[in-house]
Amino acid sequence: MKERLQELEQEALLKVEQAETIEELKSVRVEYLGKKGPITEVLRGMGKLPKEERPVIGQLANEVRERIADAIEEKQSRLEDEALEEQLKNEDIDVTLPGRPVQVGGPHLLTSIIEEIEDLFIGMGFEIKEGPEVETDYYNFEALNLPKGHPARDMQDTFYITEELLMRTHTSPVQARTMNAKNGKEPVKMICPGKVYRRDNDDATHSHQFTQIEGLLVDENVRMSDLKGVLQEFAAKMFGRERRIRLRPSFFPFTEPSVEMDISCKVCGGEGCSVCKGTGWIEILGAGMVHPNVLEMAGYDSEKYSGFAFGMGPERIAMLKHGIDDIRHFYTNDVRFLKQYHNA
Amino acid sequence: MLISLNWLKELVDISGYTTEELSEIITKTGIEVDGISEPEELPQGVVVGNIISCEQHPDADKLSLCQVDTGEETLQIACGAPNVKAGQKVAVAKPGAVLPGNFKIKKTKLRGEESNGMICSLQELGVNEEDVPEAFKDGIFVFPEDTETGEDAVKLLNLDDSVLELDVTPNRADVLSMVGMAYETAAALDRNYTLERPSYEEAKDKADSDVAVKIVDKEANPYYGAFVVQDVEVKESPLWLKNRLMAAGTRPVNNVVDITNYVLLEYGQPLHAFDRDRFNSDMIVTRYAEEGEILETLDGKMRTLSPHHLVITNGEKAHALAGVMGGKESEVHEGTTDLLLEAAYFDPQVVRQSANDHELRSESSVRFEKGLDVNRVAQAGERACELLQKYAGATILKGIAEEDHLSRKETVIRMETSRLNDRLGTKMEVQDVKNVLRRLQFEYEEKKGVFDVQIPSRRFDISIFEDMLEETARIYGYDHIPYTLPEDSGQAGGLTEEQRLKRNVKTFLEGAGLSETITYSLTDEKSAEEMISPELKDEQHGAIRLAMPMSEDHSHLRLSILPELLRTHSYNTARQQQNLAYYELGKVFISREDEHVQQPKEVLRAAGAVSGEWVANPWQQEKKEADFFVVKGIVEEMAGRLGLSFTYVKGEVQGMHPGRTALVICNGKTIGFMGQVHPRYQKTHDLKETYVFDLNMDLLLNLYEREETFVKIPKFPSVSRDIALVVDEKTSAGEIEETILTTGAPLIKQVRVFDVYQGEHLDPGEKSIAFRLLYQNPERTLKDKEVEEAHGAILEAVAEKHDARLRQ
Ligand SMILES: [Zn+2]
Repeated sequence: MKERLQELEQEALLKVEQAETIEELKSVRVEYLGKKGPITEVLRGMGKLPKEERPVIGQLANEVRERIADAIEEKQSRLEDEALEEQLKNEDIDVTLPGRPVQVGGPHLLTSIIEEIEDLFIGMGFEIKEGPEVETDYYNFEALNLPKGHPARDMQDTFYITEELLMRTHTSPVQARTMNAKNGKEPVKMICPGKVYRRDNDDATHSHQFTQIEGLLVDENVRMSDLKGVLQEFAAKMFGRERRIRLRPSFFPFTEPSVEMDISCKVCGGEGCSVCKGTGWIEILGAGMVHPNVLEMAGYDSEKYSGFAFGMGPERIAMLKHGIDDIRHFYTNDVRFLKQYHNA
Repeated sequence: MLISLNWLKELVDISGYTTEELSEIITKTGIEVDGISEPEELPQGVVVGNIISCEQHPDADKLSLCQVDTGEETLQIACGAPNVKAGQKVAVAKPGAVLPGNFKIKKTKLRGEESNGMICSLQELGVNEEDVPEAFKDGIFVFPEDTETGEDAVKLLNLDDSVLELDVTPNRADVLSMVGMAYETAAALDRNYTLERPSYEEAKDKADSDVAVKIVDKEANPYYGAFVVQDVEVKESPLWLKNRLMAAGTRPVNNVVDITNYVLLEYGQPLHAFDRDRFNSDMIVTRYAEEGEILETLDGKMRTLSPHHLVITNGEKAHALAGVMGGKESEVHEGTTDLLLEAAYFDPQVVRQSANDHELRSESSVRFEKGLDVNRVAQAGERACELLQKYAGATILKGIAEEDHLSRKETVIRMETSRLNDRLGTKMEVQDVKNVLRRLQFEYEEKKGVFDVQIPSRRFDISIFEDMLEETARIYGYDHIPYTLPEDSGQAGGLTEEQRLKRNVKTFLEGAGLSETITYSLTDEKSAEEMISPELKDEQHGAIRLAMPMSEDHSHLRLSILPELLRTHSYNTARQQQNLAYYELGKVFISREDEHVQQPKEVLRAAGAVSGEWVANPWQQEKKEADFFVVKGIVEEMAGRLGLSFTYVKGEVQGMHPGRTALVICNGKTIGFMGQVHPRYQKTHDLKETYVFDLNMDLLLNLYEREETFVKIPKFPSVSRDIALVVDEKTSAGEIEETILTTGAPLIKQVRVFDVYQGEHLDPGEKSIAFRLLYQNPERTLKDKEVEEAHGAILEAVAEKHDARLRQ
């Protein structure tokens, strides 16, 4: 019997060896290890053996069985691997074909610039205030030290609706409104971004609608050097640490002193080139110390309180940063323009 | 304003600085130099020549043959100018000379006759056409007789001048003159300048015995002075004077007019000369015009006046529109001998009114409007008299006929050094302040660092401490102010909840595939009335119109964002951009009453528009055109983001497809609409099938409530049941859904439509809608019985309410 088992083992291992498909392997398993297989038969015939031999043969039969099973298992996984290899060969795709487009929009360039500036000033402790785009003559002009008939009203050609109602020409009325709301007591530290309107013909450098961001800080002991510090911080973050700033005198009715802030030209580094018209400097914003009349009109004691204000044009900043040559691009909304700045 | 450096140089020492350096310093201390025009191509080899003889060219009608003495030699030159004559002193470009435009002069033959050079016109020498005196417009320029032959014509004509173009801010009217710029430059460079008083010989007779001045309105005309000038010889001005006018962009006319213009440039004080004979009166009366009074001004136009226009009269009729323009009748002409020379101060607002009403903005009116030095009015007149005596041989009567109500109160400003430093953040010493005041030529008294500064009348822009703060800062130098940061006010910056939400909504819409646009708030009248959201429709009183629009395209305030947004679609569609998806967050303007007198209500809206393919991946044959449900998906998801839920009912909006428009409702309130643009609108605006939404963000942001508490993730399994209901085709899915949700509560968690069918297996006029219902109990596992009960109740309810039967 022992011989019979060894013979069976040899036979089975040979067949496993010869099997080429998983099906063949399966039939080897059924043939040798199945319930009607020769090994089972051997075990059945064990009753005829002497008692002492039975365990020995039984153990041998089990060992043979296990060895055959292991061999089948091993062969099977080998065959499966081969089959998979074969299958993968046929699953080749062209990885250069385009992906399924993901439809994603993005912000308008002006919004990106405005939000960047907002976040920058929020970081310095400023709040963001908004106000109406249709303003009263009082808040747009008078509260800002621009009484009726003031020559500086010529600087801003205004879309009037009635004699007392107009499209705001700057976001400064938001400052006046904010100060008024504080009753001349608390400090104010705010910026106000928004749309403004001027009676201009639209061309490459003029737009009857554009945006502005103005800032205001009113408190006890605000100094002009603070304005310079805040503006330098702004310029460094917005345009890069290597850019220098300079202030030069200017005029706005609501500030005194009034200044214009320039930054050193990026193109020539201050040497002078066509971009900066040979001056080495690029005009960025207007600023100044809040005029005492403006403080008093809003109820602040101008002996005790002082403040600074500044105002800038996001269009201009965007045009400088990105070399955009025509302000109308911002309002034409050509999809090819918009998409260029979705990652801005 | 244009400033000739050759002129400035005669007033202040500007040596040691290049034109660029000077510009930079002037800009940094106060007056922005906007441009520098430097002579780039100076004519070379052009000298003064004396025409010895001038004869007709034998072979050419229009040419003259001239023998010209240039000091060194005599040249034969052919000249085509009609005004060429023997005895003239002219500008001669000798052979080898180079004129602007790299035009080289060579020896040549013209119709057989030698021509060795060229006699030049001013234009050929590079003078602007507009600045050329009338007499030389169509021919060569002729120098005065006493000009030295052989002299450098370029120097004589001041062509080597550099001119600064200044952008003067409205507060600095004091520099709208050479004198003002001289003071300013002296302060900027720390050099000296003083204006000298004019001097001339006065006749014995007194001006005020000869003519009387009467002012009717002292407010409108605080000062009027008249000089009596006799025996003038009206002729050409001397060359230097003409040169200066031309450098400043003023065309020379004759000596009298040129002198008044010159003094305007020099002193900043407008003057006017009347022809005494034609003025025809011993009395000058200034008054407001009468209604309908007519005045013919120098430009030949008949002006109809009204009682807010101030005029200068001879006691009877108007001879000038005060401060703006003189009258034609008493204009100085070739035969003029006697003048009345006006030096006056008119109220800025009054001049402004006249200039505006008659659309006459002149060098004069601008200066009156911006303000004048009260102490320089009469002095400017004296300066003109000085020049008239010298260059027109005038006799000047003694003194001035005047009426004077002008306030010449001195301004004194107290300035503490410590306060200056507190406001500027500087550490100036008393001596630093003294240096500033010395450079400005302001007198002061100082005690322990406290200055009482006397402001000279020429600086009428300075009236309060802050003005002096600015003067000090700019002369001391803004570069010397340090950089500091404000003391902490204790305020934490940040966005308000509303601002944060707005940003979130934008980010969501962009993530959903829409690009942000910014369109115009001002639109045309028709667009302003289109696509107004129903919840605004009831309260609006029509679009607000601008009083004076620049164009009819932007004449009205929008009541909806969509028309301008759709214009963007048309624009891009016309440029082969096929698949468009846009949104805008912006305001619309709702008038509160018909007259549009009150500030309108400004409503923030989020509007979007999509057209073309929404999903497109051609090589995989995937393609989905934008439709109603694409837009609805976006709107629904947006509601979810705001923690809200919207319902939709069919509605009508002007400009929208009547069958494909839904009103969007939240908490029982209409908050906007969505749907397809009306095909007729699409056609007229060259739009493809376009779907839009327009939501009231103000209402939404109000309704928003932040979910503060955590909602537990359900632990127990849910059970789903599908039902297909056959209903009348007019019945909406939304109505049935509503019934299912109310009947199935609280176990029903979700109802989803997964199929809609109409056709073969159903009767005409019927449709089948398949719903997947999800039941769940958060507390425990659902029992079959519970589900059966709820499900049964739902089926009964839909059968009863919507006549719905289960589809077999
Ligand atoms: Zn540059």
